[in-house]
Amino acid sequence: MSDRTAAEPIEAAAPDPDERDLGTADHQHVTGRGFALLGRGIREQRFLFSLSVIGSVLYGAMTVADAWVLGWATDHVIRPSFERGEIAKGALAGAIALFLAVAILRALGIIGRRLIGGVVFYRLIADYRRRVTRKYISLPMAWHHRHPTGQLLSNANADVEATWSVFMPLPMAVGVIAMLVAAIVAMLAADVVLTIVGLIVFPALFAINVFYQRWLSPKVSYAQSLRGDVSSVAHESFDGALVVKSLGREADETERFTRVTHELRDANIAVGRIRSMFDPLLEALPNLGILLVIVLGVGRVASGAADPGDVVQVAYLFTVVAFPVRAIGWVLGELPRSVVGWERVSSVLEAEGSMSYGSSTLPGNGPVSLDVDGLTFGFADPSTGSGTAAKDVLRGIDVEVEPGKVVAVVGATGSGKSTLTSLLTRLVDPQHGAIRVDGHDIRELTHAELAKAIAVVPQATFLFDDSVRENVTLGGDFSDEEVWAALRTVQADGFVAKLPAGLDAELGERGTTLSGGQRQRLSLARALVRRPRLLVMDDATSAVDPEVEQRILKALAAHTADDDGPTVLVVAYRKATIALADEVVFLDDGVIADRGSHAELVERSADYRDLVNAYDHAREVES
Amino acid sequence: MSTTDTVADTEADRLTGIAILRRGLSLSPAIKEGLGLTLVLAILSTIGGSVVPIVIKQTVDSGLGDGDGTQLSDVAGYLLAALGVIVISSLLAYWMRVRLFVASERGLAQLRVDAFRHVHDLSMLTQNSERRGVLVSRVTSDIDQVSQFLQFTGIMMVVSVGQIIVATGIMAYFSWQLTIVVWVCFLPLGISLKYFAERLSRAYDIVRRTVGEMLAVIAEPVVGASVVRAYAIERRTQQRVDDGIARNLDANVRAQKLVAVTFASAGVAGGLANAAVIAFGVAIGLSGQLSMGTVIAFAFLVGLFVGPVQMATQVLTDAQNAIASWRRVIELLDTPADVVDPGEAGTTLPGGTLGARFEHVTFAYPDGPDVLKDVNVEIAPRQRVAVVGETGSGKTTFAKLLTRLMDPTAGVVRLGETDISRVSFNDLRQHVLMVPQEGFLFDATLRDNLLYGKKDATEAELVDVFGRLGLTDWYASLPRGLDSQVGQRGESLSAGERQLVALVRSALADPEFIVLDEATSAVDPQTELRATRALDRLLDGRSSVTIAHRLSTAENADRVLVFDAGRLVEDGTHAELVELGGVYARLHASWVAQASLSSHQPAADPV
Repeated sequence: MSDRTAAEPIEAAAPDPDERDLGTADHQHVTGRGFALLGRGIREQRFLFSLSVIGSVLYGAMTVADAWVLGWATDHVIRPSFERGEIAKGALAGAIALFLAVAILRALGIIGRRLIGGVVFYRLIADYRRRVTRKYISLPMAWHHRHPTGQLLSNANADVEATWSVFMPLPMAVGVIAMLVAAIVAMLAADVVLTIVGLIVFPALFAINVFYQRWLSPKVSYAQSLRGDVSSVAHESFDGALVVKSLGREADETERFTRVTHELRDANIAVGRIRSMFDPLLEALPNLGILLVIVLGVGRVASGAADPGDVVQVAYLFTVVAFPVRAIGWVLGELPRSVVGWERVSSVLEAEGSMSYGSSTLPGNGPVSLDVDGLTFGFADPSTGSGTAAKDVLRGIDVEVEPGKVVAVVGATGSGKSTLTSLLTRLVDPQHGAIRVDGHDIRELTHAELAKAIAVVPQATFLFDDSVRENVTLGGDFSDEEVWAALRTVQADGFVAKLPAGLDAELGERGTTLSGGQRQRLSLARALVRRPRLLVMDDATSAVDPEVEQRILKALAAHTADDDGPTVLVVAYRKATIALADEVVFLDDGVIADRGSHAELVERSADYRDLVNAYDHAREVES
Repeated sequence: MSTTDTVADTEADRLTGIAILRRGLSLSPAIKEGLGLTLVLAILSTIGGSVVPIVIKQTVDSGLGDGDGTQLSDVAGYLLAALGVIVISSLLAYWMRVRLFVASERGLAQLRVDAFRHVHDLSMLTQNSERRGVLVSRVTSDIDQVSQFLQFTGIMMVVSVGQIIVATGIMAYFSWQLTIVVWVCFLPLGISLKYFAERLSRAYDIVRRTVGEMLAVIAEPVVGASVVRAYAIERRTQQRVDDGIARNLDANVRAQKLVAVTFASAGVAGGLANAAVIAFGVAIGLSGQLSMGTVIAFAFLVGLFVGPVQMATQVLTDAQNAIASWRRVIELLDTPADVVDPGEAGTTLPGGTLGARFEHVTFAYPDGPDVLKDVNVEIAPRQRVAVVGETGSGKTTFAKLLTRLMDPTAGVVRLGETDISRVSFNDLRQHVLMVPQEGFLFDATLRDNLLYGKKDATEAELVDVFGRLGLTDWYASLPRGLDSQVGQRGESLSAGERQLVALVRSALADPEFIVLDEATSAVDPQTELRATRALDRLLDGRSSVTIAHRLSTAENADRVLVFDAGRLVEDGTHAELVELGGVYARLHASWVAQASLSSHQPAADPV
């Protein structure tokens, strides 16, 4: 989808060390924060969540009612009928009606719990994804620079999902609590002694389950991170296939993949062993409870303290409550994961800052003058975390460009060229100095005016998963003629016309694949179609064939010559690009080392000469 | 890809489903081994849950129901037996599960490795970079799906079916009439299950698709952060993201509705069965054919029946998805490796520096037009050849055929006198090496990356090769030397430095014939200078074919081959071809237009 995604696959995002710490995390603490998180989610979706809990309680109550109906039917239908030798018709009709009513209400309960509970979960996720992405859009570029792409993508996706995953079993767990209460009341009504068995078995189930989930969860996280490793190795190996193949390293690559695969296998088996132990135990426990109920029940019936129906009912309650009780364990088991997810999500939501824009617009149209005045800029030092600059990337930069003129910025890697282009479009603001277009400080312009007046073509091309047309217009109101004109200027009309759907051809994963040079040309067209008054190109033709680049530059120059084109600031290596310029600014380590025409600079600056000759004539210089 | 697979007609699906299962198991013998015993254990372990109703029945029948003096000693035997059965079946369940986890994880790990190895044999990998993500998911998420299926879904299915059978058996033992009654109550659910499963499978397909689309739009404000700001398209971007999220939400809710309805119907069927059992049980019981205990036990048995049926309902969709994943992995393994390594049977190339020869070579991608048409050319040993042409002219295809990354559709490529398709890979790669455009590095140390060129290179060899390529000063400037971490795809190094590493790596491999795809992206001049010098030394004394993007490369070559629209149109030295006034002369003119500007007039117009 873009150069940067290609370079930083989501799967390869480093597994956060937090993941592995789950096992040692302070449980008390986690549980406290976990409950706070539950409270937040419940508050935000209170109506639907209440409905889902009602559904769940209804489900629980009806499950218990089922046992009660069975006991009732035993005492009022089955026994009397067998004793009297004739069907207790009225009671039978009652029992059938009760069974059906309970079944239908329970079905409604299931719908409430599963469907509405699911809706709560999915809505929370959707809502927080929106919030996180809104933050991504409003936070300044400086913030983006500090956070790796993979991390931000996983914050919006996996972490949001992990945060709310606990809401999947939550309505059921809350319902189960109601169900447990109902079950215990029903048991008490039946027989006090038998209830004690329940009071022992249910908490035991519940405790074992919490223990089980807590033991399992770090192992599951570990396996998950290994799954990420397997994926990274596969990604890397397939991406480097040409190297692997031409150097004949398939067997070694397979060995490398086998190593991580085996680690994953062993981790999965470790998880499996724990599951193998606990699942049968959790299943057996209620059955053992039932046996105990019968042992005690026989005595209770013999002493006349309980009816046989009571025993049957209590036994039945055991079978129906046993499984749902585990939902409480699921919730508590999920909590640590949710808390970790939430911490990551909230670090984005709590991030502060946004670029503020002015309120004025630029009068007139046509090319503008550019006045860069005493510009100094340094990136915030990540080690201090504050706004203090580690080292200034640009120091005291002064550049003036008359309307319609072209200035080239030349300099070695790290001399600050790209930073200058970022400052011109206010992706970042300078610590000192100002940038003025037609005498207006760009910080006074509205965001829309800024984007309209100044267009930048960045070094790394970013294309959207969208059509060619949308990638050029970006939703702006441009006619097809205008789009084609821009494509023509950048020599992209030819290959676009050849695409099966032309302007409507979809790009990206599901659409057409373009070469690096073609992508750069679309990125250029995107800037040109807006007819900017200042065009900033940051090495924007590096992947274009030299011959095609020539044609693009000619077409651009023709516009400029017609007084129709924008004022241009271009960062360049190739001489052909530099040759477009009326003036060259030679940057060296953050300061302007020299400026003048290309010829003048070649004449008087050895450093400049070396720099511009190196690319085009590397071999000649060598020989 | 998944879309067509899972939406496929279910009837056909089920037939192939079994075939897939069989083929899948045969590909992973570790799973198949001892599977019979595991399945037997799975069925046996379900018995534990079934003894409870029996105990209750026996207890009630032994006199509890009459209310007159049943003593514990009367039922102690049953209870002890039941206790024994529960404990034993739990142990069996533990044993079964461990066996299952170990066997399936072993089998699938092997399948993963096999699939990974196979992918490297497919030329698809080097031809179509867009397919790489898909190939990664074959060895990751698809196999995870199968694992999930084997360990949970599949076993649940087996267990559920087992439980249904066991429950039916016990019910039939007590009363065949009531058994029929119960089955009749579940019949409508059974019939509609297939319909539900299909709908669910389609619903989840849509969910998966919307997830993919959502991930793509969520990436926009992150990866395209600067474009979003520079073009002030915040609102539009947010709209796209919101739409993507909303579509995903809709799809999830829709799927959830189906799940809830399916579950609810199983519950209703259960209630129906309960009512019917009481009504018919009493009626049949009064006719003297059933005891009271049997009727009560039956009500419990219905519960045993509803559980597995509900489980089977849930499991059915997962099973379909898992089978689809398994099929995709199997299909990948069944894709024949198109460029086959003759291996041991292959010949070896003679020693000494070899030339190359193309004899009537034509190449086309499957179902595509010819990319290269009837190319005939001979390259002498130690000749330095530059290949030029516009994008899509066939020059890259030429290079890939020469290194046997692909095989020609027609014609023969020879090294010396030997047809390269007869040479074992192992030998071929010691002679010919393709150096790709971008110096792709692996996320490891610099040393590890260099060892890709020669596994057993010594430290001295490594240092020496820097010297031979004139890169000693660069090597000395690296703060951590060979132990420097290069980062993901080598991103800790600059593009130019990555190229340097690629050159050193190639020099270590020491092939006699180098095929080089020249880098196009601009790098900083100092590194550029180093790279040019290193390259020059690397090519010295070897045969080489360079896909040239620069004037200087073509100018300095012994010979220039010019491709246009899949044909070799011009062949000669730089001077000859400029003289000729054809395609090359035209390309050259535009190069000259750039180069000649070096010290003359600083025109606003480059023409």
